Amino acid sequence: MYQYIAKRVLLTIPTLLGAAALVFLLMRLIPGDICLVRLGGGGGSFDPKALVACHTEIGVDRPVIVQFLEFIWGIIRFDFGTSMWSGKPVTTEILARLPISLEIAILGTAVAIAIAIPLGTISALKQNTWIDVAVRIFAIGGIATPSFWLGIMSVLLVLDVSAAITGTPWMPPIDYVPIWKDPIRNLSMAILPAITVGYRYAAVSMRMTRSAMLEVMREDYVRTARAKGLKNKLIVNRHALKNALLPVVTLLGIEFAFLIGGLVVTEQVFNLNGVGRLFVQAVQNQDYTLTQALVMLTVAIFVFTNLLVDLLYGWLDPRIHFA
Amino acid sequence: MSFRSGLLALALALSAAALPASAADTPKHGGTFTYMIPADAPPTLDAHRETTYATVHATAPFYSVLIRIDPANPTSATDYVCDLCTELPKPTDEGKTWTFKIRDGVKWHDGSALTAADVAKSWQELVHPSTGVLSARLPYYTMIDTIAATDASTVVFKLKFATSAFLPALADPFAYIYKKEVLDRDPHWYEKNVMGSGPFIFKDLQIGQSITGVRNPNYYMPGLPYLDGFVGIFTPKQAVEIDAIRSDRASMEFRGMPPSARDQLVKELGDKIAIQTGDWNCVNIITANHGKKPFDDPRVRRALMLAIDLWHGAPALAKIANVRTVGGIVFPGSPLAATKEELEKIPGYWPDIDKSRAEARRLLKEAGAEGLTFELMNRNVDQPYKYIATWVIDEWSKVGLKVTQKVLPTGPFFDSLRNSSFDVTVDFNCQGLINPALDVGKFLPHSVYSENYGNYEDPKDIELYQKMLHEIDPAKQRIAMREYETYILDTQAHAIMMPWWERIVPMRSYVKGWKIGPSHYVNQDLATIWLDK
Repeated sequence: MYQYIAKRVLLTIPTLLGAAALVFLLMRLIPGDICLVRLGGGGGSFDPKALVACHTEIGVDRPVIVQFLEFIWGIIRFDFGTSMWSGKPVTTEILARLPISLEIAILGTAVAIAIAIPLGTISALKQNTWIDVAVRIFAIGGIATPSFWLGIMSVLLVLDVSAAITGTPWMPPIDYVPIWKDPIRNLSMAILPAITVGYRYAAVSMRMTRSAMLEVMREDYVRTARAKGLKNKLIVNRHALKNALLPVVTLLGIEFAFLIGGLVVTEQVFNLNGVGRLFVQAVQNQDYTLTQALVMLTVAIFVFTNLLVDLLYGWLDPRIHFA
Repeated sequence: MSFRSGLLALALALSAAALPASAADTPKHGGTFTYMIPADAPPTLDAHRETTYATVHATAPFYSVLIRIDPANPTSATDYVCDLCTELPKPTDEGKTWTFKIRDGVKWHDGSALTAADVAKSWQELVHPSTGVLSARLPYYTMIDTIAATDASTVVFKLKFATSAFLPALADPFAYIYKKEVLDRDPHWYEKNVMGSGPFIFKDLQIGQSITGVRNPNYYMPGLPYLDGFVGIFTPKQAVEIDAIRSDRASMEFRGMPPSARDQLVKELGDKIAIQTGDWNCVNIITANHGKKPFDDPRVRRALMLAIDLWHGAPALAKIANVRTVGGIVFPGSPLAATKEELEKIPGYWPDIDKSRAEARRLLKEAGAEGLTFELMNRNVDQPYKYIATWVIDEWSKVGLKVTQKVLPTGPFFDSLRNSSFDVTVDFNCQGLINPALDVGKFLPHSVYSENYGNYEDPKDIELYQKMLHEIDPAKQRIAMREYETYILDTQAHAIMMPWWERIVPMRSYVKGWKIGPSHYVNQDLATIWLDK
């Protein structure tokens, strides 16, 4: 197993390097100039010398190949450089945003698991009953509703309901406080986005759980368990569900990785200063170094989440061996 | 109402006006003011190198400036007051030498004394930046030759030429005074750190999230600031801002909102919301690429201008977009601006739109450009860019022009402007303080003014501008400005002016002591704000 993990970790190196080369080239294909956006974006006047000084300062006046080699050399040393926009180390910029993104991803996943697995299982066990239909409608609603719309609506609902009850509109805080500093304020800010994100996430996972459970419940070993006289609860929990979770775990892993950097709109709706918002900001500002680092972070998260999911397979299904 | 009771009501109203300010108008000390900064985060904290309001809205409360526009009258184009100086000096040497006396007893937030050397060094870095230091607004300071601290409380500015543009340039809200000792040690220190002498002391910055300041107990303005502190929260989405004001998570934002946001907040909050509005020193301009046929022909450019019904379009647009006032190249209402009568003499501003459009059709026919098809490039910004472009395309269709809109994100938009890879573009001129002599530099050729994207050379344009800039007699300067404006808008039709922007700032009605200015860059130190709670 350790050999397997080592092999998988080594395989991430060419994946990361490939992604690095791709993002480096793609960023430079987009027309534009970070210094122009910075100096002229406000509509005022600037001196052409300032433009030259800006290019020199951030190093974009050097040959592209030199910039590329420097970037790769930086990756090898885990040094992603400084943001061309803010001048701060890229790691500082990302680390400032990572806690909120991680928190929403974890809470969203928790919401999704709490909804998807019980409802998906019930839906499969009660196939073609009104319960099944209701759960499927709930799931399709989650897939069909964009998260940002749900987010906007949930904030408006909270505002209107609180205004109707107390006479004063209330909404969650708009500035982030770490959970260890003020847990109540932190959770009151995070809970709505977590539910918003978790609902869509749950809807997809719920359908997967249902179909996997339906398949597993028709397997011979489930029939054998029934023939042996095992209680239905035991069959579902111990034999069927564990096996049915294999594709669900894969899906949860992929979705979790997506949540770290992909909550662009949700973060804006709830004023969350997360990695997704930083990503958009970096691309808009044409901040090459920051965008490159964010892409590398996303790729790394995907790669390692998939590795974790693969390792979970062994626990869920002992027939799987890591050779 | 009878005549007698009417007189009584009038007398009461007048006597009330004559009374001293009521208790409700008397500033109260205390409280923390929470406002929003409609941006992701400022690139750096150094206002000398940045051009974005995100930097000023976040950091202005920490710094002093040498002079500024009067916070009680920020819409004025002439009402400058001292911040760090003791009084506005009269120039000597035929308007070329300005000697400022610096206040005694001003302290930096670290407790050390602020001297004239700090003021001089800050201005030297703005006008003649050290190697590797970026000063973003150098063109504003073209008239300044040298700056020197002649003693601990005297700073002398020597100009290359006398001009009315000097004082407004000196009052630039980005021109923070930094500590000389810090600049000498590390000229980049202020990019990541804050240490000023302003009304508030820096407490905390959460990157991309919020900035916090607390009252400076040693502030040199007696009795100020009123607030105990402030929190500025970065909120790039307007929907969040509206909800936050509605729920009182934040009291206001200073940049400005569109009419729809104002209407929504007024509907939902009634008398709990106050609205301040005013003309904004920001305007969209339609610029044709003179390097592309048929836009090299002034007749075609003039036809584009004549087809647009500014007088009727502006009030209609004002209902949905943050634009309002029809004006020429100078900020409307300022001393050098054209009056309505003067404007109506310029093609494109004629009151009779039928006559204008008939002339537009005639010019297009004469130039062989009837039914012309082209692309209008625009920036991916809703307010008011997309509204302006959609309206103007409809106006042009009325003289048979077939125009499509091409919207680009900010980066590629600027790239296309610089490379002249467009037919016609929605351009813009946004300035801070009203400084007409410098603000209209936008209409100089690109070789002189790097943010002109018309792609032309025009010596006559430069000559008329220089004549206006160097004229120090206000009446003569006004005449020179009219000549320059007529040349830009009529003779050459280098630019087509859209209605000037309107700044709409909704705020919780308990926020007092702040007055809207002609720009979202000015009057941001929060010293005079108090909370009537």
